[in-house]
Parts: sequence; structure tokens; C-alpha cells
Amino acid sequence: MVRPASVLVPRPAGLYCPPADLYIDPITPVDRAVITHGHADHARPGHGAVAATPQTLAIMAERYGADFAGSVQPLAYGETFTRDGVEITLHPAGHVLGSAQAAIRYRGLTLVVSGDYKRRRDPTCAPFEPVPCHVFVTEATFGLPVFRHPPAEVEIARLLAARAEAPGRAVLVGAYALGKAQRLIALLRQAGHEAPIAVHGALERLNALYARFGVELGPLEPVSGLSREALAGVISLAPPGALTTPWRRRFPDPLTAVASGWMGVRARARQRGVELPLIVSDHADWDELTATLAELRPEEVWITHGREEALLRWCELHGQKARALAMVGYDEEGE
Amino acid sequence: MSLSAFAALLDRLAFTPSRRGKLALLQAHFAATPDPDRGYALAALTGALDFPHVKAQAIRRAAEARVDPALFAWSYDFVGDLAETAALIWPAPNAAPNPAPGAVTGAATPALSEVVEALAGSGRGEAQARVEAWLDRLDATGRWALLKLITGGLRVGVSAALARQALAQLGGIEATAVEEIWAGLRPPYLDLFAWLEGRGAPPRAEAPGRFRPVMLAQPLDETRDLASLRPEDYAAEWKWDGIRVQVVSEGGRREIYSRTGDAISGAFPDLLDALAFEGVIDGELLVLREGRAGTFAELQTRLNRKVPSRALMADRPAGLRAYDILADETGDLRGLAFAERRVRLERLLTGRTCARLDLSPLVPFTSWRDLAALRGAPPEGEAAKAEGLMLKRWDAPYLAGRPRGPWFKWKRDPFLIDAVLLYAQRGHGKRSSYYSDFTFGVWTQSPGGGRVLAPVGKAYFGFTDAELKALDAFVREHTEARFGPLRQVRATPDFGLVLEVAFEGLQRSSRHKAGLAMRFPRIHRIRWDKPAGEADDLASLHALLARIERGPSAGVPAP
Repeated sequence: MVRPASVLVPRPAGLYCPPADLYIDPITPVDRAVITHGHADHARPGHGAVAATPQTLAIMAERYGADFAGSVQPLAYGETFTRDGVEITLHPAGHVLGSAQAAIRYRGLTLVVSGDYKRRRDPTCAPFEPVPCHVFVTEATFGLPVFRHPPAEVEIARLLAARAEAPGRAVLVGAYALGKAQRLIALLRQAGHEAPIAVHGALERLNALYARFGVELGPLEPVSGLSREALAGVISLAPPGALTTPWRRRFPDPLTAVASGWMGVRARARQRGVELPLIVSDHADWDELTATLAELRPEEVWITHGREEALLRWCELHGQKARALAMVGYDEEGE
Repeated sequence: MSLSAFAALLDRLAFTPSRRGKLALLQAHFAATPDPDRGYALAALTGALDFPHVKAQAIRRAAEARVDPALFAWSYDFVGDLAETAALIWPAPNAAPNPAPGAVTGAATPALSEVVEALAGSGRGEAQARVEAWLDRLDATGRWALLKLITGGLRVGVSAALARQALAQLGGIEATAVEEIWAGLRPPYLDLFAWLEGRGAPPRAEAPGRFRPVMLAQPLDETRDLASLRPEDYAAEWKWDGIRVQVVSEGGRREIYSRTGDAISGAFPDLLDALAFEGVIDGELLVLREGRAGTFAELQTRLNRKVPSRALMADRPAGLRAYDILADETGDLRGLAFAERRVRLERLLTGRTCARLDLSPLVPFTSWRDLAALRGAPPEGEAAKAEGLMLKRWDAPYLAGRPRGPWFKWKRDPFLIDAVLLYAQRGHGKRSSYYSDFTFGVWTQSPGGGRVLAPVGKAYFGFTDAELKALDAFVREHTEARFGPLRQVRATPDFGLVLEVAFEGLQRSSRHKAGLAMRFPRIHRIRWDKPAGEADDLASLHALLARIERGPSAGVPAP
């Protein structure tokens, strides 16, 4: 059997698979790439050939234009393509719409690059599928035992309660434009919130894309079409960066919420002037990370980025062989 | 009502920046929570609870035993707060990734009153065991609230005064009415809530040594007020540059209170020793040496210490300059006219003034013009150190709050300089989309010989909403560099925005690069018209500082 380290190699551009001559989620333009999901730090424009799920390809086309790559190869979940004896299959990662783990099989060895993932139910994407493997490549964005995200439904209930308490105020929620925003909308709908939700212009195209792939988001309205008075009592969604720009001034006495895994740490929330921190994350928290490793029990765990020292320590305490790849270029703060 | 309701309150308070929002949260909590839990919540918020048998380090060890010391250390490093780290890291009994919403983990959460009462009756080992058992039953917010509660220091931005304001709103009464009886109350405040809800008589106020709500002055509007007031109706005093305190010596109990009713006696044992009388005196806390007041900066070093060292007390002895009396051995004097209280105060202090305690003299005058002249050019000595004058109606009783008419403060004109805008930072809450905190500088010589701007202060008020918009637009248009929420603005001798800054005084400071610090700086005017190169320089600020330190004749403000 070959050594895993000869099938996947960390390089400055990203994880490289020498026998198939391709990269997973490269951060600079390369000839051949497999993209796990559409977030900008994983999916960049300018590659030669790109293989990804149809949803991820659609997201990239929406963000970068139809010519974002030389050629594309859509791969449905479970579908396999082979190149120079390397079989690559995509499996759901539960992170955002279209997100996938890349299972790489070569001469009897299976390596799974999970990309970003979570284990919780998410009405906007397919749930994470555990894939038995020799090497599991994991992120560790929330790789500290203080990150224990509460159920998202509890956070949504807090948001709705805060809205009900302050009927004259606009409720302004900062959420990452791809994935988090649509998940929040879907969760609000599940919680029985049927009123129109106002959205920042930067979210409109991705919302429409989600709807095209069959994710029900209910009635949405552009914030720009609503008067100051009409925004009172309405839940509005925007990218977190917009909350501190002059755009915010159109809202009457806004109650500012931000939905992110980082909101679990009070100092982080206060730093950003958040009045209602919502701990809703599309990444695995500490319990999900460790439960996944315990469930898969791979021969080796490789940690790409995040707080790898703590997860390495956990592996050491639990007799799990592990190494840190210390990959740079993946943005954790944007979560 | 379980601890969860208290935890939710603390959580919301911690993230609600506005005073109005905090008051609404407190009032709603006190209205919705039954006795005795709301009373213990009030006690926790006002610092009236103490749990000596639970130590933060014991909590840390218990958490480390459940996870791992290395994992705890990395986590603490990231979170930066011990109680919060322990609360977040504490393993839930059934940590499943997808628990049903609202699922109760283990047994029901304890009530706040159960926690407070059980800990009060526990020894050290028993208290620690109880806390660990509760932590096993609570969610993360509940664990955080419990640990904040028992390790002290909630830090949710609620002062005792704010809590009393919320109570007053609950009862539809003035905050001073709550202040009046506050010192006699004890957790869980059943009599207080009964009274606020109209179910009982006012709690008795006659606790010896208690704080009395203070009387405050309105700022004098020279053009309007002086035209309508008669000089013979008012007494004048110098307005001293210390902090307002109320000293109480009653039935063997001695206390020093800040003007909001916080007991600060522990920080001033030297003054406490000097309160050899029976009564309640209103006055100014100062550093006093042989009858001469020190600077506010000197007093500040005393205010920063909860327990002063012997050396600090010798170097900066605290004293009281008395100007009113609220009670003496005959009882409450607040209903008497100021003229009569002044007689009582002088009588009480006869033979009792000393290095630690003196009498604030009255300033004789016959016309407003006389007084204005004294204010503009105070006589040498103590008067030259005053912040201005106080006017008090001879016939006015001592009224809690800030009534309009009986007392006025007539402050010296502020100092003014022209400075150049250097940096701007985004504000908080309502102002989070505005660059509203401004750092400004004055010209100085760089080591290389060129003219550079030295930062001398920061101001975030003094402008109108319209001016804020204009300032914000200027900052966004002329940003040279960004550092997180901070923007550096273009500022050269040929281009820059001049701000006329008003301030109350200057202090020497080794912590600031310019070597001085301003008191109460604010934006007085925006000088859109003035070229940046013509703003003031650091040498003239240092000259002003030297004049202020010399005292007499320093009170001549810049035009």
C-alpha cells in the first residue's frame, strides 16, 4: 500500500494530490482543482479545470461569472470520477448548499478531505455523511472545548423573542452571505415566522440561487425597497460588514444581531458592538469535531487549519494518531 | 423562577449598551420575577452578596479535572475570562450534537434564591460541591451567570444607581425616594418590593449611618438666570475641584459615600478617623495639606486604590471641605433653610476643624457684577484652584435631586485650543455606523526638524447630530490608513481639519506621549475655515500647564 503522505501533500497553493495532479480548494489559480464548497476562501476563480457539485459550480458562476474556470465537471454526491488511477467521490459535508467532502481512493487507500463541515441538521443542505477512511482531513475552526454551539433553534427563538419585545425597532441580523443567511431564513420559517424578511442587496442573487435548487425561503424583500417606517419590526439580513457602514442608518433604532460561531465568546460579541449575539455556526463545534473523529476512527487525522493544537491534544489523549498541516489562506473569521 | 431567568437577564444586560435599554430590562425582570428571586437578583446586581467560600481557582481546578489542563489553558487564553471559560468548557451531562430544542439537561435548574441561601449556609468544601452539582445541571449561559454571581464582579454595566432608577420606575416614584431608604434595606428586599407594588408601607429609613440622596445644582445660564435672580437671595461658595461626598457619623457608624450612594470609606481611612462628630455633612473630598487643596490628579491616585498604602496616605492625605449639613445630634436638618443649615454647620465644626476637615468659606458679594469679576479673576490661594462658583438660595431646604432654582453652578470658562483631527474611531450602539470618537493633536518639532502632530486628547461629544454627519463624511473621504475600527485621517500643515477643543484643565501625564492629559475635552467648534498649519502647538499647551500648576492667575482662559 502507498503511504498517505504521497497521495496528498500540503503545498502553499493547497492540498495537492500528485498521482492525479490536482489540488483540493487551492488558494491560487492551478490547472486542475476539486472544490469542496462555494465560500470564497475555498472556491477561487481562474483555475483550468474544476470538479465540484453542481450547486458549488452554480455558486461559483454566480459569484465570478460563467467563465470562472477553463472547464467544469459537475459531480453529484456519490458520483465518482477517475484520473490516472485515482478515484474521487464527493459526499455531503453539511456545511452549505452543495458542500462536499472529497473522498480520494488510490491503491487501496482512502483519504477524505472534509472541507468545512458540520453535523447538525440544516434545512438548506444535505447532511454530513460519515465516510470510512484511512486518513480523515479535518478543519478545526472551532477546535477549542469552549466552542459548544447551542441548538440553532434555541438561538432563533431568542431572535424572535427579542423582536417581539421591541416592536418599534428594526431587527438587523448580520450573517455570512452564502449559507448562513439562507439557513437563518429557513430556520425562521420553520419556527413559524411567515412575515416578509428584508435582505441586503448582496444576498439577493444567492437567495435566488438557493430557491432554484429547491430551498424554500418564503417571502423576501429588498431592504432598499422599504421605507424607514416599514422596516420597524421587520427582520433584515445583511452581510456582517454592512452593519457598521452608513447603510445601517436607514433602519429605525436597529437591534443588531450577528449569527456566528464566534458569538459564543462574549468579548468577541462586545468588540463588534453586537446587542444580540446568535451562536449559529456552519462549522462543527468542539463536540461535533471530536464526535466525528471518534465515530470514524481513521488511522490518521490531518488537521488543515484553525485551532489545531487543542484538537491534536485531544487526539493524543484519546490515542488517535494525528498531525497538523498548518495550511494558511483559509479565512476563519468570516464565519 | 429558575436561575435561567437571572442568567438571561445578565446576558441581555451585558450586550445592551443603552441606559434606557438596561432600565427596561431591569424593570421587566423585577416586574415578572417573584420574591425572593428578584430581590437576590437586585442584591447580585448592586454588589450586596458575598460568597467567601467559593474561590475562582477551585472552580478552575474542577474544570481542568473535567477536561484537561492544557485544553483549559488554551481556551482561557482565547476567551480571556476565567468564569466564562469555565462556564463554556464545563461538559454538559449529555452532550449530543442534536438535542431537541429546549431540552432540559438532567435535573431542573436551581432557583437563584436556592443558590444564594444554600451557599450562605455552607462551609468551604460543601459550597464547592454544591456549585459543581449546579454546573452539571445548567446550560452555558446559566453556568456563566452562576460563576459570575459567586466569584464576584458581574460586569454587566449596571450600577446601584441604575438599579435604583429601575426600581423607582417600577413603583412610579422618584429615584431619590428609593435612595433615601436604600441603606436600611437588606436582601431579598421583600419590604421594598411590597412598597413599590403598593402592598405595604415604605420601609423604615432610620438606619444610622445611611446615605441621604444628594442635592445637585443646575448649570447657570448667565444671560437668562442673572437677569431674573436677585443677588441678596443667594449665597456664593467656591466650587472645589475634588469629588462630591457625603460623610456620615451616626451612632458610632462612620461612612463616606460618593454622590451616587456608593460607600467609599475603605479607600479613605485617614478621613474616616477625622469624623469626630455626630451628624451628616456634605462636602468636597480633596487631597488636603495644611488647609491647601491638592490637584485632582493627586486625588485620582487615591480614588484608584480600594485600600491605600500608608505611604500613599502620607503623600496624598485625604480631607473634606464641608459646605452643608443634613443632620446633627438633634436629627434631620434637611427641611431647614440653607442659611440656618450653614449656622448649624459652622457651629458643629467649631473647634473640630483640623488638617483633615475644614469649612468651605462663603464668598461675600453684593452684585452679580462683583461676583462675575471674582469668578474671572479669583484671589490668590485656594480660590484660584476652584472650578468656579456655586450659588445657593439662602431660604432653600435641602432637596434631593436636581431642582431648578435653588442651586446653580457657575463654572469658570473652559480652556480652548485649536487642534488637528488625527484619528477617528467608530462609536458604539446608536453611533456604530459613525466615526464619532476623535483623536486630535497639536504641532510639535519632530527629531528631524519637521513639524509633526502630537496627539493630545480624544473627544466624542460636544457636536450636534448634523456636525457628526459632516465629521463622519470628512473622515471617510480623507482616510489615509485603517487599523481595525480606527481610521487615520489626512493631516498635514497644508491639509487637515481643525477642531476647537474645550477642556477643563491640564494634568502632567507620563502615560501620554505629549506629557500631558486634558480633563473633559470636547469638540467646541469645527473650524472648517482654519488652515491646519495654524492650529496650536505643544509648547503653548505646556506653557498653559505650567500656568495652571502655579495656581494664581492661571484661571485666565484662552480667548
